[in-house]
Amino acid sequence: MEDYILQMRGITKDFPGVRALDNVTFNVKRGEIHALVGENGAGKSTLMKILSALYPAGSYQGKILIDGKEQNFKKIKESEAAGIAIIYQELMLIKELSIVENICLGNEIAKNGVINWEGSFLKAKKALKEAGLNINPAFPVSYLGVGEQQSIAITKSLSREAKILILDEPTAALSTREADRLLGMLKDLRKKGVTCIYISHRLREVFEIADRITVLRDGKTIATCEKNELDEAKLISLMVGRELTNIYPRRDRVPGEVLLEIKDWSVYDPNTNKQIDAVNFKLHKGEILGFAGLVGAGRSEFAMSLFRFWGRKVSGKMYLEGKEVSPKNAGQTIAYGISLASEDRKRYGLVLDEDIKENISLASLKKISKFSVVDENEEIKYATEYTQDLKIKTPSIEEKAVNLSGGNQQKVVLGKWLMTKPKVLILDEPTRGIDVGAKVEIYNIINDLVEQGVGIIVISSELNEILGICDRILIMHEGKFTGDLLMDEATQEKIMYYATGTKTA
Amino acid sequence: MEKIRFRQNSFSEYVRRLTMLIALISIWIIFWVLTQGIFISPRNLSNLFLQTSSVAIIAIGMTLIIITRNIDLSVGSVAALAGAIAAFMQVQCHMSTPAALSAALIVGLAIGAWHGFWIAYRMVPAFIVTLASMMIFRGLVLGVTQGATIAPLSDSFKVIGQGYADPKISLIIGVVVVILFVVSSFFKREKRKKYGFSVPKIWFDLIKVVFIAGAILGFFAIMVMNRGVPYAVLLMLALTIFFNFMSRNTVFGRQLYAIGGNPDAAALSGVNIKKRVMMLYVIFGALTAVSGIVMTSRLNAATTSAGQGMELDVIAASVIGGTSLMGGEGTIFGAVIGALIMASLDNGMSLLDTNITYQYIIKGMILLFAVWVDIATRRK
Repeated sequence: MEDYILQMRGITKDFPGVRALDNVTFNVKRGEIHALVGENGAGKSTLMKILSALYPAGSYQGKILIDGKEQNFKKIKESEAAGIAIIYQELMLIKELSIVENICLGNEIAKNGVINWEGSFLKAKKALKEAGLNINPAFPVSYLGVGEQQSIAITKSLSREAKILILDEPTAALSTREADRLLGMLKDLRKKGVTCIYISHRLREVFEIADRITVLRDGKTIATCEKNELDEAKLISLMVGRELTNIYPRRDRVPGEVLLEIKDWSVYDPNTNKQIDAVNFKLHKGEILGFAGLVGAGRSEFAMSLFRFWGRKVSGKMYLEGKEVSPKNAGQTIAYGISLASEDRKRYGLVLDEDIKENISLASLKKISKFSVVDENEEIKYATEYTQDLKIKTPSIEEKAVNLSGGNQQKVVLGKWLMTKPKVLILDEPTRGIDVGAKVEIYNIINDLVEQGVGIIVISSELNEILGICDRILIMHEGKFTGDLLMDEATQEKIMYYATGTKTA
Repeated sequence: MEKIRFRQNSFSEYVRRLTMLIALISIWIIFWVLTQGIFISPRNLSNLFLQTSSVAIIAIGMTLIIITRNIDLSVGSVAALAGAIAAFMQVQCHMSTPAALSAALIVGLAIGAWHGFWIAYRMVPAFIVTLASMMIFRGLVLGVTQGATIAPLSDSFKVIGQGYADPKISLIIGVVVVILFVVSSFFKREKRKKYGFSVPKIWFDLIKVVFIAGAILGFFAIMVMNRGVPYAVLLMLALTIFFNFMSRNTVFGRQLYAIGGNPDAAALSGVNIKKRVMMLYVIFGALTAVSGIVMTSRLNAATTSAGQGMELDVIAASVIGGTSLMGGEGTIFGAVIGALIMASLDNGMSLLDTNITYQYIIKGMILLFAVWVDIATRRK
């Protein structure tokens, strides 16, 4: 008899019109790291929401057993009490408060409602030590990088005696180095007997860290395997239900003349520190230019500064098709034919409460209006066109963006920018947090655009992606380009050299 | 071309959208019974709409303001000031009515620009800017009126808030509105067909058109049974239709919703938020002045206390009508329905001679309850 800490048996969950989970079985052994993988919409999040009682007992069919005992969680508190802790993609920390306050939040060490600061401090220190972190607990959380914040969130859960730790895409916002550190921490925790459910699209991490892997597809359990029974290709075929021959479809092409040239571009942050330091580069027609670098190197800030959306002071020259342009706001940059699909689609990309057609038309309203009156039929026409071209999966173009899966949301953002008919399209982390199938579709869209003569800049922290799709790679380190590599000469090692500042061109 | 899929609203979704309309009709029925029919007499209904007009005109604009995640607490003071200036110009300076009204409108526009400047370009929270204005402009009201009531106004001024369109003309207006509505519905359907889009079943559209046309005709008929449509009510209706169109079908209106829904995404999509918010406050200043003119004209006087507490009625109307204080959501029609609900409660309870103590309590409870119902039915 196996020692299962968690058994979910025959879980079936229906939403109006859709069966999200269909007789799913999911068993986790004590002390293992169990990866849960599947495409977006496969049902991973729904399954975890059932486990954490966000969907209470009674709203689904099936049984949950913890330590062999059947559980009927009605409230989130009950599942927490049973030792289940979810670390969400969006961190649940309060940035203005210190690490101590965050760790103790909701479990304050207090007497008659007055906080015992010494006790809290000791508790936090102990928890951090157990988690293998060497950080001063008096620091505000906002001082820490995203990766460290992630670790603090885990520490907080452990300090509440969590038995099962659920991590939902914990590395989506992390650089490779931060991600490695997080994986190291999880491995240490495994040695201490912590059980962990690890949800990720990054298969490299799954193979590095997981003991066993469960694959969900279309709401069904496809397989649960030991890690060594699988390889990456096999896992992908289980996830998508078909063999994907090439994740990075490449097409032959010859870049044309210079489309966009940036000269001596400097950007200062709100504290008047120089964030981007006299950057120069050229982008050609029909070229995919990759911006590699560590998170925080300044790539996203640079992109946003072109739209005057970021930076207190911006200096430098911009030439589009040989002519100097100096847009003063995002609207003008877009009008010149430069568009940016930002890294955080929920924050910068979508109006979540509006529907697909309103989101797609938002940046091109003038194009479909006469005398400033929007032609709704034109809007429907364009929205439908992009929904079909981009294969956005949705019951209708009047579905709110908030109801779509991550991959489909990203496609809506793409649709919005395609509708502006850009000459230059900047894609910041275009495939973050979306599944393999949708990724390939997005790469194909990028390739189509490049063939039409659009110049594309891809900012990505996934080296495989940069290496897989770009013609040329610029590497940024602390606000400067430190390397310039052609596709043929680029390797992961070389990029990391430049990105970490160990070597400069 | 592939058939386009439009959202199929379920029956409950339609009911949800009409919740407040249903609530309004329920309130009317309750008062009808309690007042033994007095409440729904043409005379009282005409009065009710007249009472609604000044709050509704501001609520139309307030809804747009709240949609962009802003607020305006100064409307009572600004409306009073606009009214006081118009009355002052006419009574003390012997200006003609058009000149006096223009002066009031200019004051409204200027105050709107003042608000827009501080809120959009100086980034001071709207709550603070307009709280300050609430005091500043109340002070100016006292200054202009010298603490006394300014009266009486000329007939051409009074007619705005007290006059009625001739019954025959009222009827003609009603018929024209219905014809315009039916024709535009037909053309909308035909145009959609021309694009190759699917259209709702013909009987569905017919029921909708007949229902709305019936409601419009019914409204005008009731008004005619009294003395014709009050000018102030006509003004309110025209503004409602205009701003409803503007909010849904113009670039400006669409951008306002986007600003409230997600300001960062809107800015990166090329929406000039500062300019839009500035423009909106200027328009809103004018609307507030219009409401002040109606209010003053109805009273036939400018008083120092006019419009006190009005901001709360206006915000309540807007919120009851389904506007979310988080921004990005709300409709003009909803706000007018909300204003009608508030005015109906006032009117009905006055007819019943309800103690003022209970009037406040009941209105407060209904505001709370209405918003809760909206939130509870939305979250699913």
